[in-house]
Parts: sequence; C-alpha cells; structure tokens
Amino acid sequence: MKRLLPLMTGLVLLLTACGREDLSTLNPQGPVAEKQFELMKLSIGIMTLVVVVVFAICIYVLIRFRRKKGDKAIPKQVEGNHKLEVIWTVIPIILLLILGVPTIQNVFGFAKDYSKDKDAVQVKVTAHQYWWEFEYTDYGITTAQDLIVPTGKKISFELAAADVKHSFWIPAIGGKMDTNPGSTNRMFLEFPKEGVFRGKCAELCGPSHALMEFKAKAVSPESFDRWVAAMKAPAVMPADAELAEKFTAQCLSCHAVGENGGNSAPNLTGLGSRETVAGILFNDEGGGIEQHLKDWITDPQKVKKGAMMPGAQDFDLTQEEIAGIAKYLAEYKLDY
Amino acid sequence: MSAHNHVEGHLPHEPEKATLEARNKILGFWLFLGAEVVLFGTLFAAFLALRHNIGDGPAAAELFQLPMIFAATMILLTSSLTSVFAVQAMHRHNKKSMVVWLIITILLGLGFLGLEIYEFWHYASEGHRFSTSAFSSSFYTLVGFHGAHVAFGVLWISLVIGQVFKKGLTVVTAPKVYISAMYWHFIDVVWVFIFTVVYLMGKVAG
Amino acid sequence: MAAAHAHGHKVKRYSGLMDWLTTVDHKKIGILYLIAGLFFFLIGGLEAVIIRIQLLKPMNDVVAGDTFNELITMHGTTMIFLAAMPLLFALMNAVIPLQIGARDVAFPFLNSLGFWTFFFGGLLLNLSWFAGAVPDAGWTSYVPLAGEYYSSGHGVDYYVLGLQIAGIGTLLGGINFMATIINMRAPGMTFMRMPMFTWAIFITSALIVFAFPALTVGLVALMFDRLFNANFFDVANGGNGVLWEHIFWVFGHPEVYILILPAFGIISEVVSTFSRKRLFGYSSMVFATVLIAFLGFMVWAHHMFTTGLGPVANGLFSIATMLIAVPTGVKIFNWLFTLWGGSIRFNTASLFAIGFIPTFVMGGVTGVMLASAPADYQYHDTYFVVAHFHYVIVGGLVLGIFSGLHYWWPKMFGRVLNEKLGQVTFWTFFIGFHMTFFIQHFLGLLGMQRRVYTYLGGQGFDNMNFISTIGAFLMGIGTIAFVINIFITWAKPRNASNDPWEDGRSLEWTIPSPPPEYNFKQTPLVRGYDAWWKEKMEGKTAMTPAEPVGSIHMPSPSILPFFMSIGLFIAGFGFMYDHLIVAGAGLAITLVCMAIRSLVDDHGFHIEPEDQDKEVQA
Repeated sequence: MKRLLPLMTGLVLLLTACGREDLSTLNPQGPVAEKQFELMKLSIGIMTLVVVVVFAICIYVLIRFRRKKGDKAIPKQVEGNHKLEVIWTVIPIILLLILGVPTIQNVFGFAKDYSKDKDAVQVKVTAHQYWWEFEYTDYGITTAQDLIVPTGKKISFELAAADVKHSFWIPAIGGKMDTNPGSTNRMFLEFPKEGVFRGKCAELCGPSHALMEFKAKAVSPESFDRWVAAMKAPAVMPADAELAEKFTAQCLSCHAVGENGGNSAPNLTGLGSRETVAGILFNDEGGGIEQHLKDWITDPQKVKKGAMMPGAQDFDLTQEEIAGIAKYLAEYKLDY
Repeated sequence: MSAHNHVEGHLPHEPEKATLEARNKILGFWLFLGAEVVLFGTLFAAFLALRHNIGDGPAAAELFQLPMIFAATMILLTSSLTSVFAVQAMHRHNKKSMVVWLIITILLGLGFLGLEIYEFWHYASEGHRFSTSAFSSSFYTLVGFHGAHVAFGVLWISLVIGQVFKKGLTVVTAPKVYISAMYWHFIDVVWVFIFTVVYLMGKVAG
Repeated sequence: MAAAHAHGHKVKRYSGLMDWLTTVDHKKIGILYLIAGLFFFLIGGLEAVIIRIQLLKPMNDVVAGDTFNELITMHGTTMIFLAAMPLLFALMNAVIPLQIGARDVAFPFLNSLGFWTFFFGGLLLNLSWFAGAVPDAGWTSYVPLAGEYYSSGHGVDYYVLGLQIAGIGTLLGGINFMATIINMRAPGMTFMRMPMFTWAIFITSALIVFAFPALTVGLVALMFDRLFNANFFDVANGGNGVLWEHIFWVFGHPEVYILILPAFGIISEVVSTFSRKRLFGYSSMVFATVLIAFLGFMVWAHHMFTTGLGPVANGLFSIATMLIAVPTGVKIFNWLFTLWGGSIRFNTASLFAIGFIPTFVMGGVTGVMLASAPADYQYHDTYFVVAHFHYVIVGGLVLGIFSGLHYWWPKMFGRVLNEKLGQVTFWTFFIGFHMTFFIQHFLGLLGMQRRVYTYLGGQGFDNMNFISTIGAFLMGIGTIAFVINIFITWAKPRNASNDPWEDGRSLEWTIPSPPPEYNFKQTPLVRGYDAWWKEKMEGKTAMTPAEPVGSIHMPSPSILPFFMSIGLFIAGFGFMYDHLIVAGAGLAITLVCMAIRSLVDDHGFHIEPEDQDKEVQA
C-alpha cells in the first residue's frame, strides 16, 4: 500500500504525453480524443485526491493504532460522528458535480449529427468478420481496411455491421462506437494532423477479433481529392489477359477493382498503396506486400482463423497465377 | 423451540399462520412472487420492444379476437374469486365448502387453458407461429409462460385438494391451501396485464 | 412439551457420503458450497493462468483464437457464478443463522436444493470442455455472436443451460436468507441490532430475488432462439441484439453488487473485531448499503455507453452511476474511522480486510472514471475496464472472501488456519494481484482492446503484458498456499474455543467451534447491538437464554434435492442435444420429486436435552 501512493501521484504526471502518437488515448491527435483526454485528466485528478486522502488516513491509522504486544485494553467504543458523515457525503457529491458537468456537456457535444452537413465527409462503415468496409456515399466509392480522410474536416460516420456486433475505434483520434447488426449508429471524428492512425475492433466478434485492425490515414484535402479521383478512375486490370480472366473469374465474384466485380469482400482498388495486407501484415515487415499477398491468398485461415475468404485449395489457381495476382495487386498503387 | 404438526382439538382462526414454519412459507412465497414480478416484467419488456416486428406474419390487430379473450379473462377472474371463497371457507373451518370452491377454481382454470390452447392452434393456422417473427416469439413466450403457470397451478391445487382429503384441514395443510391461492391470484394479476398490454394495446395500436 | 411428540416414526440419520448428500443442515451445506466454490475457483484460476501465458508475448501461439475465446468465457462465467457466489453462499450459510441466534435457515430443504442445483449447473457448464463444445462468446454472451447462426455448435447451449440451472439455486438462496433474517432473529434482535454482515446478506438477498429473474428471461430467450427457432435476437426476422444487452445488464449490474455487498459485510465484521471497536457509523452503513443496492438497479446501461443509446440515456446513466460513489465512500470512511482509535491486531484475516480498503478504493475510483460516458468511449472494451473490474472483484470481493474464510474458519471447522501460511497467502496474492492488474489500466489507455487472444508487436504492449503475466503466477502461488493451508489445518486437532479471536462481538462466538447440530441449546436473549460484546463488557461469560432447555426440533435430511437437481441436469442435456424425450424425462424426475416433497410430510426429528450435550458434530 505504501508503494502505491507515489505510484498514483506519478500517474497523473505520467499521463501527459504517454504512448504512441498513432495509437494512444493519452496522446490525442484530434479534438474528440483531446476532449476525452481532458475528461480523463479531470477525473483522474479528482480521484487521485480521493485516493490520497484514503491512503493517508489508512496508513496513519495502521501505524498509530496498532496493538502493542500483550495490550489488553479496550479502546473507547465510538458509535459515530454526525458531522463527519455529513462531510464525507457532501464533499464527494461536490466532486461528482465537478465531473458531472463536463460529462453532460461532452456527451451531447459528441452526439452532434453531421450527416446533413455539406462540409462534412460522409463515410459509411460496415464491419465484417474480420475486415472493415468504408463507403464514401457522397463520392460513390468504396474501399476497405485503410480509411483515407482529409484533414481539417468533420468526418461523419454511419456505422453498420454485416454479421455480428463489432466496434469501430481509432484510439488516438477519438472514442469508439459499436456497429450493431440491424441498425446504424452515427459518430463524428476530426483529423487535424496528417498521419496513419491505428484502428481496432473493440467488440468480441469471433476467433480473429484480435486481428481485425484497420488504418485511418489522414491526408491533406488536396491529396484526398486526388485519392477520390484515383479511386473513381477506370479499373486497372492485370496486364496479362489470361491472368486478368482468371482474376475476374476467381476473385471478382466477391471482390471489386474500380467498377468491376462484387461487393461482398474487401475492395481491392489501389491495394498496393495500403499500409497492410488483411489489416495486420505490414508492408514494411516480414517479406513485404507481395509475399504477404501470396501467403494470404494461399491460406487465409493461417493468417486469420475464421476469415470468410476461401483458401487456394478451393480456387482453381496455380501457384504461378497466385504469384501473378499478388504482383499485380502489389503494384496497383494510387497516385495521391 | 419445537413446532407442533397438529394441534389436538381446536384449529386456530387463521390456520395457515399458526406455526413458524407456515409463516416462513408465506413470507418466502411473497418473496418468490416478487421474483416472478421481475420475471414477467422482463418478458413484458421484451414483448413491448418487439411487438411491431411482425415479419411475414399477421399483425396483432388482425389476429386477436377480443370476445374470446374477454371470455377467458372473465373465466380466470372468476376463478380468482372462487379461490377467495375457498380461503374464506378455510377460515370458517368449513373443509367441505373450501374443497368445493377449490374444485370450481381448477375447473375454471382448465376452461381458461382450453380456450388458450384453441386460441394458439387457431393463430398457428393463420400463419402466426412461434418461429414466424420476433413479435410471435415474444408473444408465445410471454403468454405461453403464463399459460404454463396456470397449468402448474391447476396441478398444484389438485394435489393440495388430494392432501386435504387424506389428512384433513390442519395447520400443515392450511398453509398449502393459502399459498396455492396466493399463487393463483398472482397469475390472475399477470393475466390482467397481459390482457391490457398484449391484447388491448395490440388491437388499438394496429 | 416432550410428551406431546409421540410421532413414533423412526427418523433416518445418515452417515458418511449419504449424510452429505442428504443434509439440510446449513453448516454442512456451507461446507459443501465452500468445497465446490474452491474447486471451481481453482478451475477458473487455471483458465486465467493459461490466458496470461498466451498474452505473455505478442503473436504467441500457446492457444489459438477460438480456444482463447473459450478460456475467457469460461474463466469469467466460472469465477462469477461458480466460484465467487458459492464461496459467498458458503459464508452466508455458515454464519447467518449463528449471527441471528437461529437454529437453521427458514427453508432447510430449499437450502440443500439450492446447493445441488448450483453444483449440477456448474458441472453441466464445465462438461463442455469434455464435450469439445465450449461457450466462446464471453461471459456476457452477446448476440448475434452467441446466436444459433454464428455459434452453431453446442458451446453456448452449455452456457445457457448450465447458468439457468445454477441460477435456480441462487434465487432459492436469496429467498431463503431474506425469510430467515426477517422471521427468525433471536428475541431482542431488532433490525438495527443485527450484525453488519447480516444486514449485508439481507440486502444482497433482496438483490438476488429481484435481479436473477431478468437473467432467467434472457437465458430463456437465447435458449428459445438457439434451440426452438425463436426470433428474439434474430435481426433477419425482426429480433434485436441490443435487447439482449439490456436484459443481460439489468441482471448483470445488480449481480456485481450481489458480489460486493457481502464482502463489505465481512470487512465490517473483521475490521471491528480486530480493532476492538464497534463499527463506526452503523446506521449510516446500513443506509449506505440500502442505497447502493437501490441505485444498483438504475445504472445498467453504463455497460452500453458505446451501443448507441443516445446522449440523453448516456447522460442519465452517467450521473446515476457516479452517485453510487457517494454511499460507497461513506462506507470506506466508516471503516477507516472504526480503525481510528482502536487497538489493531494484524493477522491473516485482518490483513486481507485492511488490504481490501485501499485496493477496493482504487477499483472504485476507476469506476467513477468509467461512469463518465464520453470518457468511457475510450475506456470501454479495453484493458482499462478489465483492470477496473478485477480491482473491485478480486481486490474487493476475493480479498473479502479470504478475510472471511480465515476469520470464520475456526467457527466452521474448529481449527484456526495456520498463520504463517496465511501470511504467505496474503502477501503473494496481494502483491501478485496489484502486479497483474495495475498495469492493465495503462494497457487499455495505450490502445489495447479486451478479449484479444494476441496482439501485434511494436505497439508498446509487450513489457506490460509480460509483467502482468508474472503477477498472475504470484497470485497462483498464493492460492496454492491457501489450499495447502487447508490440508495441513485439517490434520490438526479440532480444539478451537467458542471465541478463538477473544474479541468476538456477535452471537456466533458464544457457541462451540464447530457448533453442535442445533447451534443454540437455548435461543439467546439479545440486549443490544454487538450482542456478545455487550454481555462481555458487563462481565458475563455467556448469553442470557430466552427460553428453557427443551426438546429441539430439527428438519429431516432428504435425498430429494439431489435427485431434483439431477433431473434438471438430465433435462439440460436433453434440450441441448435435441432429445426432447430425455428432456421430458429429466423434468419429470424433478416434478415427481416436488410432488413427493409436497405429499409426504416432513415431521423432522427431535434432539432431547439428554442428547444435546453429547458431541453432536456439525
């Protein structure tokens, strides 16, 4: 117990600028996360005060009133103290009021609906087992896993789930909101700084819940416009006609590139520009994007158990063809 | 402290409360009814949340036939009244009268159940089955649970009647009569809520 | 009086295994709950250790994602329903009738039934491991993940039916203890003269009576969806997954107060006894406990802040949740001021109680932090929440249970637990606990979600997870030390005195350790709060009796509760595996036993004065 007192005091200091810029709630990179961090600091401050008072009394009492060996004396039996009861009822109420006011202010503030705001970017997020779909309803484009957003604008999210309950969370930018099957939720975030921020699924959704990561990439508004344009550009298919045919037949019944293909699996347009394959295999680690794509297409279950994507044994694709598709996708970059 | 199982001679005025064991049972049963209130309350909450989600099935307004439901309600309410008469007879130490009223009570209960079974069978033929929709699942669970409670009550009171025949009206059998009557009143009160929330509100809301 | 009891029938008295299977004696039932609760605590602890081993380092592969989800589900469900609650029921059974001067609970038969249904429900749930179909949707079993489509195996069925059966037992226990405390207090013991532990159990029992039926309905709905094609939660047919959340948490939040209020009661007893002072602010403590219980029903949606209920709901539930901190704080200060001015004796029991106070406060303050909905948008479903609830449940409830067990062990078993081993238990468990869970607050804030079977490297989570795992091993060592303590104490002679701590304040310390079968030869007369202390301070060496020595009526043992529970157990399997005949047969066994119980009168038996002084073992 004596150890914990300095630890708790250090806690408040520790909280300032702690953790990764792209991931920590204690290192907020956007106004929503910042306000939430302020609330956290306020509540920790108040609670540290409470803890310090309790610990101080506790430590004092244990030292001052410990029984001396062989002491048979009966201490004075005290029934209570009305004044003290009032004090330790009223003071906590006041402390709670201090916390309560910004709580109410923020709970309404964060609930603001920007879905009709013309300046906001509308994104419909659909959570799947185990990937994230992002549809930009104003622009008519859909992407997956990497959420590209412009800085300095309100991003208005409509959150939905395709299968089970998930939860959409970008810790460095703001708090999370669940995606419920059968209904939609609304949330907004803002990204003042450019950068790549990590996103997580925050609701148990199956065996690969831990692997359902996504990235939020904030770019300048001009860059964002270029990205939108690049996404809308006609699809780039594999150069080799035979490979393109195989790709269309085997992959595009579920996936899409540009205007070609289905929409039940992640959109593959510009896959080469994304940070990862499958949300968790980083391009700059362990073999690179082409190898990751080969591994993924060959055996998705090895990477993400329970993934809905069939494995290579269910496809009519040779190792060569898989390598070819992997190369094509790795080189399918968007210029923005 | 010892509890007498039977008092030679005189039966006390309220025989159901004559022993500590009996008073414990009555108190315990009130507490159980408190739990049942929460149970049915939760079933009602689920029903209220889901009652408009009728899927492919018929809606409440077109399904429910109020005249028959009203008849069932009257039957059940009357059966509550007859169970009151039974307890009153018990307080007058009139075993015969008590048993007669109890028998009438369970006959009315069986009548209610008969109507309800017919009602469910009829709904099923109208396309309102257990699996049809969220509305139908919650309807059958709520109303069905109540019906199961009525059925259990009928069995229970029958067993109590049997015991009174065999052992007479004593400080041991009296609490059983009293508690089964408490139970019976409870399921009647629940039915009043079902009649209102499920049937009346269903007809009105459309 | 003895002459009137010419019932003439021979009462069966069992021994050995049959004695334990048929007992309706609260003291024996308490021991049964203790053994079963400890057994399940060890299972849940093993599950925890495997979880922590898997999380020792990033991308570890000790267990795969699906097995991990089974482990966390079983760990949570087992610890809450099959370990914590039964251990509390063990203490409730062992202590409450003694504290109120009663000879047993109001419904001894139901008491036994409560134990056996809990036992068979817990057994059913854990048989899932052997059936290869383990529930894996978390102890909260959210739909549609737990529904018939996404959990198409039998795993979740084991959860539904196991808990349903075990829950019956808990509900019966709640009714039993409420009736006992209302109707069976010794003469002179008004409500405001009851020990604080008794008050805590009384209020907890009320919580049980009003919270468990909500769980019953939720489980019924989920069972109907999974087994009978109902559509409560099937979105495609108009069902609603958020409805499950509401129903579950309307139960789930009071459940955590069901867990902690008894611990509060234990702390009040232990702190008071080992500082030789009466509890400071008794009436405030009673009022605060009632208020906590009442408010506990108004805050359930703080588990759903991110579900999307809207700012009005989130705001209201935030404020309501914060309010609970007020009565809880009142209790903390009253304990501190009980210690203040006292003569504090440190032993294992009091160390656990004293360790509870700052630890629970830490858990409570993170609770207030979580109460603020907009901040909770960051905390929810992260390790911050995991840290919070382990602080209050383990650092609160479990420390309280350890304290209560060490405190009342001599009363239950006639032997005092070994003090040296007790110290080992306390220090390893306490240090290990803080090591495991304090650091998890930071993990959550730094971006680690909960219920993740692994985590990618390079996020800054590695070292903290490592430390947390080491702490878990320490806790395991502490637990093993406690189990060893039980065994070596069992071998010691049974020679504890009535009042082995010498400073006992309440009625249980006025009778032998362990008590005779009938508890009190003569029901005592209570003349004030801290009934025994009051007599001691006036120089008395025993309680004044409230009745003459006489024939004591005892309830008969019965094998029916055991069979009723087996019936439910069989029915559970029948429903799960779609053998409705088996299900029907199981239910029939239970119903027939109920009928037998109703039709065959239990006359009980008597212990005559000449037998009352023999060593009738508990």
